[in-house]
Amino acid sequence: MNRNFKIAYKVSVIVLAVLATLLLSSLILMILGADILKTFYTIVITPLTRVGHITEVFVRAVPLCIIALGVAVAYRSGIINIGAEGQMAMGILGFTTVAVTMPDTPRFILLPFALLCGMLCGALWGFIPGILKAKLDVSELLSTVMLNYIAAQFYSFCLRVPLLDPAERLSGAGTPQSARLTANIEIGRISGRLHYGIFIALVLAVLVYLFMWKTSYGYKMRASGAQSRAARYGGINVPFYVTLAMVISGAFAGLAGGVEIAAVHRRAIEGVTNNYGFSAVVVALFGMLHPFGIVPASFFFALLIYGSTLTPRAVGVPANIVDVMQGLIIIVIVTTQMILQNSYLEDRVWRWFKTRTGKEEV
Amino acid sequence: MEEKIKQLRIEHITKRFPGILATDDVSLTVDEGEILALVGENGAGKTTLMNILMGIYQQDEGRIYINGKEVRFRGPEDAFKAGLGMVHQQYMLVPDMTVTENVALGYQAAWKPFHLDLDMVRKKVIEVSEHYSLAVNPDAYIWQLTVGEQQRVELVKTLCLGAKFLILDEPTSALTPQETDELVSLLKRMKSELSIIFISHKLNEVKALCDKVAILRHGALVFSGNTADYSSNDIAALMTGHEIVLPENKEVWAGGELALSVKNINVRSDRGFLALEDFSLDIFQGEIVGLAGVSGNGQRELAEAVNGLREVESGTIEFFGTDLANKKPYYVIEHGMGYIPEERNIEGIVPSFAIRENFILKDSDKDRFSRHRFLKKKEISRNADTLRQSFDIRTPDTVTAAGSLSGGNIQKVILAREITRAPKFLIAVYPTRGLDMGAIEFIHQELLKKRREGIGILLISEELDEIMNLCDRIAVIYKGKIQKVLSHKEANRRRLGILMAGLDDGSGEEA
Repeated sequence: MNRNFKIAYKVSVIVLAVLATLLLSSLILMILGADILKTFYTIVITPLTRVGHITEVFVRAVPLCIIALGVAVAYRSGIINIGAEGQMAMGILGFTTVAVTMPDTPRFILLPFALLCGMLCGALWGFIPGILKAKLDVSELLSTVMLNYIAAQFYSFCLRVPLLDPAERLSGAGTPQSARLTANIEIGRISGRLHYGIFIALVLAVLVYLFMWKTSYGYKMRASGAQSRAARYGGINVPFYVTLAMVISGAFAGLAGGVEIAAVHRRAIEGVTNNYGFSAVVVALFGMLHPFGIVPASFFFALLIYGSTLTPRAVGVPANIVDVMQGLIIIVIVTTQMILQNSYLEDRVWRWFKTRTGKEEV
Repeated sequence: MEEKIKQLRIEHITKRFPGILATDDVSLTVDEGEILALVGENGAGKTTLMNILMGIYQQDEGRIYINGKEVRFRGPEDAFKAGLGMVHQQYMLVPDMTVTENVALGYQAAWKPFHLDLDMVRKKVIEVSEHYSLAVNPDAYIWQLTVGEQQRVELVKTLCLGAKFLILDEPTSALTPQETDELVSLLKRMKSELSIIFISHKLNEVKALCDKVAILRHGALVFSGNTADYSSNDIAALMTGHEIVLPENKEVWAGGELALSVKNINVRSDRGFLALEDFSLDIFQGEIVGLAGVSGNGQRELAEAVNGLREVESGTIEFFGTDLANKKPYYVIEHGMGYIPEERNIEGIVPSFAIRENFILKDSDKDRFSRHRFLKKKEISRNADTLRQSFDIRTPDTVTAAGSLSGGNIQKVILAREITRAPKFLIAVYPTRGLDMGAIEFIHQELLKKRREGIGILLISEELDEIMNLCDRIAVIYKGKIQKVLSHKEANRRRLGILMAGLDDGSGEEA
């Protein structure tokens, strides 16, 4: 098999995948009677045309990236964390509580401390399913999802009662949100709403890479995830590392929540988590569970998420339909990855290609 | 019913996988009532060839003829219909189902609309098992059966589905000597009605059973002829390309301190019964003690209990004076225990990890391979290259996933890691199961080398030849207890076989 063929094969698989996605999406849009080309343009191209749009894409990419890094750490260690949504909510509560209770503390103490508290709350929410899995073999699919519900309701309660903005209480409007946080706790913005949190995400990506692939901790965690029996045989304390992975994963989600409040919303409101916790699982898998894949993957998914907010006004396509298209894209992408990894199929196509062209080259 | 298979002929079968030629222009003929032995080292292409014959793979070139007519199998169903049946090395049985239900999975005649006719299947199972005198309880659950019984179920299943031509892929690799003898005589009886292709490494079985022998090496057919005309040694030499004589332990024990002393331990199996009951065994430095026994009599539980992988209910495991009972695996490893586990593919290695990563499985925190928890990439890779060379692990590089290696090479990876960690003691569980002669020779040599260095070794095995060749003392285990401990001089195949079956060997004296 020659090099040119390999490249051509990969490119054509990707082209076919893109075509398949476009075709399926077009079908849906056709049924809706929408302008197909314009819709695609609005979702994928428009967000890249103006600085104002691009910064908004990045605003969505930051939490996605941070959470996905944590999800990847857990996944590599053999535990699937689909509870990031709840861990993020808990992180926001931790962060906001600190911010509200000690608003006059100097910034260089308050901000790190509040973020740390957010991480701890997220970590606690990750620790619970982690320890249940490690000690009692409780399925993390069950425990993380259930903890999501609890976190969502607890979050809702906190915004309505203990953390409710005193101004709302006075006016009687009762919009469930916290008071506007002190300026001491804000993360600065670079342009538009794009904030310095993006550097936190990038630094974390590098740290996760070093931790998981360059240290013996990461080695043991990956061994526990790849084949727990062999890890146990090798003297690795598998329950400990599985729990640790969930703690890290939860801490990342909690941090993402804190950063989101500090930089974007500046008060805890409803709907901040925005399904980031679930999208991040897809981002992590799409990024092949590796930090250097997750960074571009989170940008791509942020693009889709932001693009979907533009379609209702631009082309009259409801945002839900874009969710459907996102689903399609994800399925096609995952399928494509599987096909690209199937070297046996590649070999067969190569031999078919050889017999067709009649050339005998090696 | 279709006609009998009078002749099966394959011509010029070639199959390529990415990067390798799995079978290379192989032609074979099997006539009615004949048993053909297909032998060759691991990775020689035997299983691939049979998978092509069963329609699991499609050949790239070549043809298959039955009774002179060309056949094309698009899938295993086509092969079944033509009367071919295969018993795979890994049994394809659902453990939570009964024998009858397992047979019903492939028994299409019983698939009535909205109804599975299990009574019909059950009758068929009884009919077939009586016809071929294959004792099988149709209502037993698979998980309740021993490996030998499971194999009989596989045979019954294949025959129920109408096979008139049997392919057996290493059928004896997991059987005890007695079960093997039974199988050989059973197959001899069956050959009056069937043709059989018998894949094996074990040449004495080939000699005992088969009419013809075909030898594959690196995918190509290097020899075929009548078994009667050649000795086992001739065949072995053709198989490996050189003559193999397995090494023997001929030196006298030089003496040594007590290394491992297991005293009165009770250990439960996964299913909750006492797998080891009041079990005791002492092993000294510088000797190899063989634990002979039919597998499933507590061997696995013993190895796991000593290595901290299984709870010990009572009793002590003294290892150079420290008690290992109910300690963590890490603690046992740190006290100098080396362990070659039974499940080499999923326990001995992390299959998706690179070979070089697998070498540091037990030592990733040691100063040699990491500093302040940061792995030393250069040292890890240097270590891997050295081990690859000194243990002759056949792989292009050490970043290859360990799970993609052949069984023999995986075992060499494990052996290399365990031996070079400089253990004070070594436990080897079925270290050569399913390996070819070349790999067995290598592993036996390494074990003897460690013995000469004064290390005590507990060798758990069901291969009597292996035990007789290597061990200073032989303990026979039966139902979780030591039947008797024999010295090398006292042991012979017959005596061991009797003890392994749980009978008294009649000598009267207790060792």
